[in-house]
Amino acid sequence: MSATTSATTQAPARTYSAYSAPLWQRLLLTREMAVIALTAAVILYSIANVPNFDGPLTIKFLLQDIAPILLIALPMTLVIITGEIDLSVASIMGLSSVLLGVLHEGGMSVPAAALLALLAGLACGALNGFLIAYVGLPSLAVTIGTLALFRGIAVGLLGTKAITDFTEKWSDLATGTIGETKIPLVMIPFAVLAIGFVVLLHFSTFGRGVYDIGLNDEAAHFTGVDVARTKLVLFLLSGVVSALAGIYFTLRFGSARGDNATGYELQVIAAVLLGGVSIFGGRGRLHGVLAGVVLIGVISSALRLESVTVNVTNIIVGLLLVASVILPNVLAAASSRLPRKATPAAPRESHPPENAASAGVTTRGSDS
Amino acid sequence: MKFHTRKPTALAALLLTATFAFAGCGGDDGGDSGSDSGSGSGGGALSITMLPKNLGNAYFDTSTKGAEKAAGELDADFEEVGPETGSPDAQVSYINTVAQQGKSALIISANDPDALCDAIDEARSADVKVVTFDADTNPDCRDLFINQATAEGIATKQLELISEEIGGSGEIAILSASANATNQNAWIATMEDELASNPDYADIKLVDTVYGDDDDQKSFDQTEALLQNHPDLKGIISPTTVGIAAAARYLSDSEYKGKVALTGLGTPNQMREFVEDGTVASFALWNPGDLGYLAPYAAAALVNGDITGEEGDSFDAGDLGEFEVGADGTVLLGEPFTFNADNIGDFDF
Repeated sequence: MSATTSATTQAPARTYSAYSAPLWQRLLLTREMAVIALTAAVILYSIANVPNFDGPLTIKFLLQDIAPILLIALPMTLVIITGEIDLSVASIMGLSSVLLGVLHEGGMSVPAAALLALLAGLACGALNGFLIAYVGLPSLAVTIGTLALFRGIAVGLLGTKAITDFTEKWSDLATGTIGETKIPLVMIPFAVLAIGFVVLLHFSTFGRGVYDIGLNDEAAHFTGVDVARTKLVLFLLSGVVSALAGIYFTLRFGSARGDNATGYELQVIAAVLLGGVSIFGGRGRLHGVLAGVVLIGVISSALRLESVTVNVTNIIVGLLLVASVILPNVLAAASSRLPRKATPAAPRESHPPENAASAGVTTRGSDS
Repeated sequence: MKFHTRKPTALAALLLTATFAFAGCGGDDGGDSGSDSGSGSGGGALSITMLPKNLGNAYFDTSTKGAEKAAGELDADFEEVGPETGSPDAQVSYINTVAQQGKSALIISANDPDALCDAIDEARSADVKVVTFDADTNPDCRDLFINQATAEGIATKQLELISEEIGGSGEIAILSASANATNQNAWIATMEDELASNPDYADIKLVDTVYGDDDDQKSFDQTEALLQNHPDLKGIISPTTVGIAAAARYLSDSEYKGKVALTGLGTPNQMREFVEDGTVASFALWNPGDLGYLAPYAAAALVNGDITGEEGDSFDAGDLGEFEVGADGTVLLGEPFTFNADNIGDFDF
């Protein structure tokens, strides 16, 4: 994508059309499409072979189960594309869950308490974002720290007890479905957010900045991207969406506990990487990520119906994740040994490394 | 940059499909064993899922063994599922799965009394009978609760044991969990009432109640302090598994071994060495094996329509005999079980 924009500005220097694949190939032969195809195949296989998977309750439970992961995967995708990571999302969920519970118990209505919980999520994101974007600390270290910090505050506020008396009306909203369909109501806010994030990432200058930072943040800085502000905004989004997921989680299970959603960060990150986002930053698209979330959800739902223990499910998801990280590198190494199609610019083409991320960097560097 | 990655992605698509084929094979194997049990339940036979608080817990392994035995006698399909950690949200997805599978009954030890109710309601509207054991939910969201013991039963059993061991007279003390532990405080209150009102215990005097906070080291130190502050102490009751093990460890290495009696609530694995070396003569707890054994019989009686869960309903539970449903849809397993040197070898939890 960046190649085409550069090509228009430097049209005479290099022609890309010669070795660019036809449009349909560029749309279909992508990692995202591979994940979508795999997800569709697993769904079809499960419908045909797993008893009760085609039952009426499956879609409802499945979507309810993956809703928090779907939500958090949206900002997480952008964060990982910039080459950063946010490990504190599950702890923010826990914290917003506890705040909702404590404030509601203190006499506040559910929407007021939820609003304050969202603000707390925003504050958590601001802390992460400030330390990473403006102090310049590595996000892995910062968010491991805040993972413990936010979880500690959550457990400290509520201890080991649980708050469970939420107004029926609001918990019904979290578990309800749209009219007579089997689609949970939570899919409505999710759809709105998903559209927002797709526009933000794929159809805005902000989104192009996100990719630029992931490819090379120094180069991005020199091309006019406000790197620090972009990162801060992403961590703010991550914080507030995590808090929203925490509120949904609390109302769905009708229980605010300090240890709610422990370990969700790994599921979110697994889904994002499985969906084709490079952990080194710079590449990945949202539709692949959403397919990745659904894939993990379908696999665990089908395996549960088969009464396979949770450990086996974790092993399979883990293997898929490792495969999805390793496979592109192995394939790149393998394909570099294969004879390539003769091209007009054959000697020029041989020198950039085949790794996707660094290949992008070289292209960009030589263009600008 | 696309052109650099075109070929790898094409290959990736291919290999991912291949991965799927393998995954498919794996799923197929699981499918065979799964559909065997599935077809059993489809034939109108009894199918029971047991969902303990978490897996890999010796206590629940024992109760599952009991339930498996009962399911065998009832000729029911039986399986155990469960999360790795004991949190309510992890149990919800298993309850949902049982609803999807249309099992005839679910036996569950609830990780939260309220949080699971929505999911259980959904399962019950899919015609699944829900029996709780060990830890109950709100009475109105399940069909029956198999109660391991009443507060009364637990309290009086421990008094009986200590009274027997100290010969019916002398000073005793209590080593409890934390000062605001609900269960322990209810038991202690019952014990105090009983000591005051029951003529059998007229010569027994409760001199102190200390709190070890269910912390091994603190319970150990509190035991030491108790023995120093009350030189005439003849017995200690510790109604918490952490406390009794710590107290036994202190006693077994001290001059008080064999002179000061110790009893309370403990688990056989923790207490085995102290029973074998004579520090502790006997202690109480319910038998989780019996608890697990009773649950499938109750579930089967519900599924077959023999009982509805109303107070006064009664059903047969194999080796354990006849049981009657009490108030709030509760079935009481019976008196706490006494573990001593003769039977401790039979238990592993």
